[in-house]
Amino acid sequence: MELDWIWGLVGGLLIGTGGAVYLLANGRIMGASGIVGGLVDGTARGAAAYERLAFLAGVFLLPIVLKPIYRPFETHASTNIAVLVAAGLLVGIGTRIANGCTSGHGVCGMSRLSLRGIVATVFYILAGGLTVVLFRHMLGVI
Amino acid sequence: MQRLIFAFIAGGFFGAGLFVSGMTDTAKVQGWLDVFGNWDPTLAFVMGGAMIPMAIAWLFTKGRRPVVGGDFPPPPEPRLGRNLIVGSALFGAGWGLAGLCPGPSVASLSYGGWPHWVFFGAMLVGMFAAPHVRAQLDRAVPAE
Repeated sequence: MELDWIWGLVGGLLIGTGGAVYLLANGRIMGASGIVGGLVDGTARGAAAYERLAFLAGVFLLPIVLKPIYRPFETHASTNIAVLVAAGLLVGIGTRIANGCTSGHGVCGMSRLSLRGIVATVFYILAGGLTVVLFRHMLGVI
Repeated sequence: MQRLIFAFIAGGFFGAGLFVSGMTDTAKVQGWLDVFGNWDPTLAFVMGGAMIPMAIAWLFTKGRRPVVGGDFPPPPEPRLGRNLIVGSALFGAGWGLAGLCPGPSVASLSYGGWPHWVFFGAMLVGMFAAPHVRAQLDRAVPAE
């Protein structure tokens, strides 16, 4: 538990390195919601779609490679289907309407001092905080 | 081909970072959002750590071109707009509810178990529906 912040920092540096590679090599902004969303709603076709699939393959596969050598992990995800479905829908709709999520607006946007990135991050953190207060401390659902 | 290899490497770093940082642990994300509970500062270190190489990369784009050719993204759009605020608020609500956002939801599919697949499936449905929701929103409140 005391070492969590160090792992957080190391992981953060890896995440930022991924974003730097995607930007400097391919000239693209590493936004997870845009990469997945463009495949789902059909705005990314042909070569652009393959590029996104290659990116997502890396995201999906690396944890499988690292799993045997890494410390114990547990995702503590909710097993309440209504909560999971509502949350998934909100994340899917919200990130596409806002045109970005934690990686695109947060990591990539704020690191170039984009006002949109900063404002989006303020709003999703505020909404997330309020949701946790409401559904955990007041309603006791999560 | 080069473009695909670089995309895979970038995704690999991203997936490794999400896994190592603990950001696929929904308890750590909700713990960071839960300022009235047992607050967990990890997410701030992840975000701070990620912004260091990314900020350097942005500086490095000046006067250069991407390795595979083409252009770098244009400067950020200065206009905020209603969709940015409404969308981010909806996203934040879902993020708080499940403790997952799009990147970690992909990274955790291989080991998180069925709840992660349910969330991921619902997220894809939401992303598919988003253009229609956005159109409804524009019709209801033509602010922009």
